[in-house]
Amino acid sequence: MNAVVKRFPVRLDIRRGAVDMTHGSGGRAMAQLIDELFVKHLDNVLLRQANDQAAFVVPAGRMVMSTDGHVISPLFFPGGDIGSLAVHGTINDVAMSGARPLYLSAGFILEEGFPLADLERVVASMAHAATTAGVPVVTGDTKVVERGKGDGVFITTTGVGMVPAGVEISGDRARPGDAVLVSGSLGDHGVAIMSSRENLEFETRIESDSAALHGLVGDMVAAVPGIHCLRDPTRGGLATTLNELARQSGVGMLLQEDAIPVKPEVTAACELLGLDPLYVANEGKLVCICSEPDAARVLEVMQAHPLGRQAAIIGSVIEDRHGFVQMQTSFGGSRIVDWLAGEQLPRIC
Amino acid sequence: MKYVEEFRQRDLAQQLAAAIRNEVNPGRQYNLMEFCGGHTHAIFRYGVQDLMPANVKFVHGPGCPVCVLPIGRIDNAIQLVEQHDVILCSYGDMLRVPASERKSLLRVKASGGDIRMVYSTQDALRIARDNPGRQVVFFAIGFETTTPPTAVAIRQAHAGGLDNFSVFCNHVLTPAAIQNILESPEVRTMGSISIDGFFGPSHVSSIIGSRPYEFFAEEFQRPVVIAGFEPLDVMQSALMLIRQLNEGRHEVENEYTRVVSREGNLKAQSLVAEVFELRRSFEWRGLGLVPYSALQIKADFAGLDAERRFDMPAISASDVKGCECPSILRGVKRPTDCKLFGTVCTPDNPMGSCMVSSEGACAAYWSYGRFRQPEMPDSEESAA
Repeated sequence: MNAVVKRFPVRLDIRRGAVDMTHGSGGRAMAQLIDELFVKHLDNVLLRQANDQAAFVVPAGRMVMSTDGHVISPLFFPGGDIGSLAVHGTINDVAMSGARPLYLSAGFILEEGFPLADLERVVASMAHAATTAGVPVVTGDTKVVERGKGDGVFITTTGVGMVPAGVEISGDRARPGDAVLVSGSLGDHGVAIMSSRENLEFETRIESDSAALHGLVGDMVAAVPGIHCLRDPTRGGLATTLNELARQSGVGMLLQEDAIPVKPEVTAACELLGLDPLYVANEGKLVCICSEPDAARVLEVMQAHPLGRQAAIIGSVIEDRHGFVQMQTSFGGSRIVDWLAGEQLPRIC
Repeated sequence: MKYVEEFRQRDLAQQLAAAIRNEVNPGRQYNLMEFCGGHTHAIFRYGVQDLMPANVKFVHGPGCPVCVLPIGRIDNAIQLVEQHDVILCSYGDMLRVPASERKSLLRVKASGGDIRMVYSTQDALRIARDNPGRQVVFFAIGFETTTPPTAVAIRQAHAGGLDNFSVFCNHVLTPAAIQNILESPEVRTMGSISIDGFFGPSHVSSIIGSRPYEFFAEEFQRPVVIAGFEPLDVMQSALMLIRQLNEGRHEVENEYTRVVSREGNLKAQSLVAEVFELRRSFEWRGLGLVPYSALQIKADFAGLDAERRFDMPAISASDVKGCECPSILRGVKRPTDCKLFGTVCTPDNPMGSCMVSSEGACAAYWSYGRFRQPEMPDSEESAA
């Protein structure tokens, strides 16, 4: 980036400066922000070409594409921030097809007055997440909205990836008799976010599980290409994801509450707030549905990966024209695990 | 998790289930009303009904704070926002309850009303301190459990001269409601519902103690067992109620001794008595006007009473046509008896308050139990 010094004799004051309307105007200020902040951190061959698009060669085969908008509050939370989340979220959406993610794009909507130091922290975190995952951000966009019309920063990322031959993963492929697996403990992300919200601060050691899952998925599909469904249980938690899959596939599910991994700290926080961990968001977990004979092998591969150590078989797919997700409770009864209605709210009494 | 998991153990549940099976007289029916929505929630969430003999039935009572608040009081709160431009601070559960004209606090918020969801009265005080130029009203609801924190907030605002803060008081009293149910014609004369015994409230009783229930256990000859909110508490209490009924006793017993005493929390009681006094009468959804069943702010703290400050009118509004919340809250009907249940009324689009709160009987039936109803609409429709 030797062009930086030549084009902008006075460097951007990242330590004390803030986003203003000129940073989205398309003029010199915007070019400087891109060079000295975005490209500085996200630097790679394609981005450095500074075109309005990135051009790359792809192998022949089935390509997937996914996009995700990130509007989280607070922007920084235990275990991550909006930057790392924006990278992991889209990588995971691409990976849930069984694909190997290749490239990302990032669109930023910045609010006037947002400190450049915070923006740099977010972008550096994105860069770190993208580098670690081996999935570069190759094109991007920046807009600025007036103060009061945003919430600091919104980030939309889009990703593309290639599906290996022979892999046909889709939410409509769950069949009665299939096994339902999760890759680890549930509710960590949502509880970490809640613990750092302004009016709800409570002491907990729980960190967000935000992570890129394509490595885990790669190992899984390499071992068992015939996996039926993969999905990451983000907003709405495990309960909502399983209901989506049940509806798409036209089946029911029967879970064993005892088998569902939840950390004691997460259970405790949910108890305190009157929430159900099955509805709390995750950002580094996946649900897998595969044929019963494949389940043991898939579980073994998951548990061998650092992001799947706590993986477990939590239930099975059953025939049910109502599409109910039912659960045998640890207590010995049974109930439905329903769609989330509205938002989860703490109880009063 | 200590002190919680102990009360959710499967082996103990199986032992209790066996003890209950041994204790029940197969020749009779046991209709046990759990007053509190907290119990309703626990029964459904853990599947407690599955462990009970068929002749032991849970009758769901009115003890769900947002369920019993009549629509007129929510309309009042909406008026505060729309006509007086106040910042209204409310517990989250209240936001989705339908009000008149297809409004709700959530919809008013979406169209620009300044409504803030708070987790405690202290959040509301902070918002008042941070917005000295605005009137801030705390929408106080709930039974005796939530009353002491409201009293503390009123005292703090009074002592600190916080003159832009006030409280819209809707605190209601449990014993008055139980007595009203027992005095209702359906129970007393018509015999259309039989309630053989009561699970007494757990959190409420931690404040008021077990003594206030002694009068109606004696007067109406119904046993009361104060029960904790964990599923084993519910089962143990069911066993205690069944024993009393079999032995012809009608006493107040306390299963929840780890928290509740006969006298209750005297400090909290005196705090409440300092700030609040009985209302002559208060409207409950389902129960109608119940004498001396609610609290109002004493004249000493009149400046902090939103009803006085904003000269709030009494609004009488009717429930949605066909909504059976009133009968369900009295235990006269079950959620599945309502024509709206699961058709036009679901948690995603509630018509009545019992479908809103997780403590409401309809929401509990729908969210946890509808697979027991073979003719219920399926999951797909509920999600649409």
